[in-house]
Parts: sequence; C-alpha cells; structure tokens
Amino acid sequence: MIDWITIFSNAAQELISPTTAAYALAALGLAIHFGYTGLLNFGQAGFMALGAYGYAISTLSFGFPVWAAVLVAIGASVIFALILGIPTLRLRADYLAIVTIAAAEILRLIFTTNTFDAITGSATGLQGYKTGLAALNPIPPGTYGFGPFTYNAFDWWIRIVGWTLVVLFALLTWLIMRSPWGRVIKGIREDEDAVRALGKNVYSYKMQSLILGGVYGTFAGMIFIMPRAVVPANYQTSLTFFIYAILLLGGAATIFGPIVGSMIFWVLLSFFSGFVARAVEVGWFPFMTQVQAGQLRFILVGIAIMLIVIFRPQGIFGNKKELAFVK
Amino acid sequence: MSSNVTPTAKPVKSTGLHVGEAEPGVRKVDPILTADGVKRTFGGLTAVDVDHVEIPRGAITALIGPNGAGKTTFFNLLTGFDKPDEGKWEFDGRSLAHVPAYRVARMGLIRTFQLTKALGLLTVMDNMKLGAKGQTGESLFRSILPFVWRKQEDEIEAKAEELLVRFKLDAKKEDYAASLSGGQRKLLEMARALMSDPTLVMLDEPMAGVNPALTQSLLDHILDLKSQGMTVLFVEHDMHMVRHIADWVIVMAEGRIVAEGDPHTVMEDPAVIDAYLGAHHDTDLGATDTENVEVLKELIDDEQ
Repeated sequence: MIDWITIFSNAAQELISPTTAAYALAALGLAIHFGYTGLLNFGQAGFMALGAYGYAISTLSFGFPVWAAVLVAIGASVIFALILGIPTLRLRADYLAIVTIAAAEILRLIFTTNTFDAITGSATGLQGYKTGLAALNPIPPGTYGFGPFTYNAFDWWIRIVGWTLVVLFALLTWLIMRSPWGRVIKGIREDEDAVRALGKNVYSYKMQSLILGGVYGTFAGMIFIMPRAVVPANYQTSLTFFIYAILLLGGAATIFGPIVGSMIFWVLLSFFSGFVARAVEVGWFPFMTQVQAGQLRFILVGIAIMLIVIFRPQGIFGNKKELAFVK
Repeated sequence: MSSNVTPTAKPVKSTGLHVGEAEPGVRKVDPILTADGVKRTFGGLTAVDVDHVEIPRGAITALIGPNGAGKTTFFNLLTGFDKPDEGKWEFDGRSLAHVPAYRVARMGLIRTFQLTKALGLLTVMDNMKLGAKGQTGESLFRSILPFVWRKQEDEIEAKAEELLVRFKLDAKKEDYAASLSGGQRKLLEMARALMSDPTLVMLDEPMAGVNPALTQSLLDHILDLKSQGMTVLFVEHDMHMVRHIADWVIVMAEGRIVAEGDPHTVMEDPAVIDAYLGAHHDTDLGATDTENVEVLKELIDDEQ
C-alpha cells in the first residue's frame, strides 16, 4: 500500500525548505533581468555557482569569516556580470542569451576540471564550510517544530536565514520597481530606443539590472549550499531552466510570483517524485523501472511549463496586460 | 488624406531666416543645428551625403523628399542613433560627433520616431514621467529612498498632468499606452518629448497613420511648440501640412539636399519636381509612379 502520509509530509516540507528559498531568490533575480528589464539571462546557474563556490572556497581555502566570504561571492558575481554585459548589452537581446548560457557552462566546467582540484574539489566538490554560519546560530541545540516541520537547531537556522533574505530582497525589489529607476527599467523592456531618445543611458541601466539580478542569484547560491555540499553537477543549464519555470509559473514581472512559484514548484516536484517512486514500488506502473520513475518528474515539469505558456502566459500573479511571452 | 484640414488659426510664418540666395546649403541668420560633409553609406549605397545644411532657430523646418531620399537616416545621424562615415555636425555650437543618443537628448535635442514608440505596457502617465530629465530617483541607490525623490516626482506628475490635458490624453492617464489608438500614440510621443523641455524637437513623420480628426490638433500642437520658443524639424510626406506650417523647407533626394527655401518658392524649384518625378518626367515612360504623381497633384492643387 502507498504511504500517503509520507508523500504529503515530504511535499509539505518543501514549502519552507532552504532549497525553495534559494530558488525563490534566484527567480526573483531573474524577474529583474527578464520580467522587468527584458534581459534574456540564461546563465542564472552561473551566478548561483559563483555564490556557492565564492563562499565555500573563501571559507575553506582562505579561512575567511562569514561576512568576508559573502562579500567575495558578491564581488565574483559583479565581475561575472560585467564580463557578460560589456560586450553583449549593446547588442540585441538574443546575444546576451547565447553568451550567458555559454558562460555559465564554462564556469561549471572550470569548477569540475581536475586541474583545480586542490581548490574546487573538482567533480566531488566541497564541504565543511558550514561551521561559520552554524557558529552564528542563536538557537540552542535541540529539536523543534511539529508534524513534518521538525528540525534541529541548524536546520531551523538556515531556514530562517534563507527566508529572511528572500523577504528582504522581495522588499528591495518592490521598492526599486515602484521608483523612477524601475520606470526606466520597464521602459527599456518595452523599447530601448525610445528610452534612449528620452536621454537615459540605457546601457548603464541594463548593466545595473544585470548586476543586481546576478547578486540575487549569488545569495541564492549561498543559501542553496547550506543544506548540502557544493557539487558542480548541481549548476547545469537545467538549473537555469527550472528557475525560468518558477518565474513563468508565478509571473515574470511580479514580486510574489517567483516566491510562490518556487513553493509550488518544489511541493509539486516532491509530491510527484514521491508518488511515482512509491507507485512503481507497489507495481502500479509495471512498465517502468525505479530509475525511469526518477526521471518522470522532470518530464512532468516540462509538460507543466508548456501548459503555463499556452494557457496562462502571464503566470499566477502576472497581469495579463502587462506581460506575456508573445507581444 | 487631410486635404481639407487647415490649422484653426492662420499660422504666423517666420521669414528672413536665411542669408543670401535660397539654395542648397544656404547660411542661416541664426542656425541651431549645422551639418558639414555628413556622409553615410550602407555597403555600396550612399544613403546620406549632405555637404552643408543649417537649421534655423525658432522656426519650423520641414525635411521633405521622395521615399528613400535618406531623410530618416539623416535624422538618425543627427540624433546619435546612427554614426556617419565622415562629417561634422553641431547643435547650439557643440559638436555632436561621437556623442551617444542619450547625451544628444540631454542636450535638448529630442526626437520622435516614424514608427511610434509608445511604451505599450507602461501607463500613459508613466510614459510621460519617463520623459522628464535629471530625475533623482533614477539612480539605483537613491531609488530605495522614496523621501529623496518624492517631491520631484510630484512636480513631474503635475507637469505631466498639464501636458496631458493640453494633448487631451488626461482621461487616459491610467491606461496602458498599448490601448491607445495610433494617433493618440503620436500625441503621447510628442507630449512625452516635451517633458524634458527640449530646445529642438525633431519629428519623424508626425502625421503618418493619424486620422484627419487628430491631424488638426497635431498641427496646432506643432505650431504651439514654435510659439513657445522651440525649434521644430520634421519629416513629412503630407504637402499640405508642409505648406501650412513650415517656415522653411529642405528637400532631399538620393541622400543629397537638392533645394531649400520657403514653402511657396521651393515647390516651384525644378530640382524638387525632378526629385519627385525624375528628370524625364515630361517623357512618357509607360507605367507611372502613382505616389509621386499624387504628391505633385497636391502641389499643383495648392498653387491654384
């Protein structure tokens, strides 16, 4: 018999998991790029990888305290954004898409290669960088919570840090998007030549947007590695596409969209994988092996994205008039 | 299109703008914009090759010419949206060579586009506010602190409101610009350009696609700009409009300036007739170019 309680409680845990927070933050950064500015950044995984490795390497190899490690990660992604943006932001939007997808892959391969094994840990990655953050934990050791939401002190601590960051960045996004700066940014999304003709330095605004959204991605990368190790295989292109799926699910030019989208995405993903795995176990899908069942959830994600694009192009929170894929 | 539309009041024409004989490249008494040897080629095609031209200050100048004459390219070159292969051009005594488009706009030279660029998914009001210059809140760091830019924002909003009333778009201010009609978008684009208090307004085909009812108010608005001390340079195909509101006409053909003068004399220039109909317009070539014949008919009608 299928253990529904376990499936549901595993799914419910994803609601507040640090991974969900990390994806929400990365999607919020992408909302600034794609939803508000119209920049097709397909390299958000690269910004996340820089956050993860920037934090882990400066902690492990250089023994930096938490604040310094965070600054190193931010610095790395600002430089990355500049390298991506300087040659491409003057060109048409598609070029940025090509360059970002390639640059994120280059980063992942650099982190994977054996040449830098001493620093990056190559394919096996890095671990043991959590002591700094754990030392800041004000919660006394023990186990807290109820039902499925029962965690130890460190697990609660990374959830609190993760979601606090999400709230702060959502607030920041809300503030800047209702300001004249946000107005220029949205104008650029509509027609950058018109904005240029009104005396705004479009290139500089696009660069600011690219850096800002990238920094969101970096913070997402740092939250992402708190419940797990740093492994280069996590930063594949598919990570960027999952974040796009979350963004489109919630609504590209919205603040709540990426956050709620991330919750829905992870709860559903966990539910599907739990359900399919158990169903195969009890023989409901005799044509399927356990390995195949593991992949089925990604097929379902793909179908879900297609359905959103076709039937609700503005996402859950989006205003149909304000943003759709096809203009 | 607008053969029976005339501005409500007979416009006051500015005269005495030039020095000496009215010929291509004639010197002006008080030029606001001058171009020297501006040349732009696309592959083997020379789109613009202007030896010398001066735009008179405080007047309405029309830039006319048959399709493909290089009018829009010339506009793009002057406003920094395109770079010429060679040449010098100055606005108010300041060189515009290698100046990016946004800086040209900040100098007070604002343009509109042939294909209207209303920012569709912004409200009409946001479109207007975007036009204002020197906004504190447009800096990323200051944008987080609303109290820093709130006061300026209110001033900008009041100004935008005033302009929208003038352009009869105030009822639409909360609507997305995408919901406006083609003519209303032209009005919005012009109103938005005025938010920055420009000294020279360059309008690329302001009448294209505008219905006759709105043509009237657009013409009045353009005349208004002049009475407020702005200089206007516009590209237009509608000869009636040119005749009624322009103080000076510059005719381009095949990238060059072939004639200049006040609207009444320039139309009689043989070079203008050649430009529109070709040098062999009196020999029967069989098929005729209907659009150019249209234009000439309008000219002849107007003369009578």
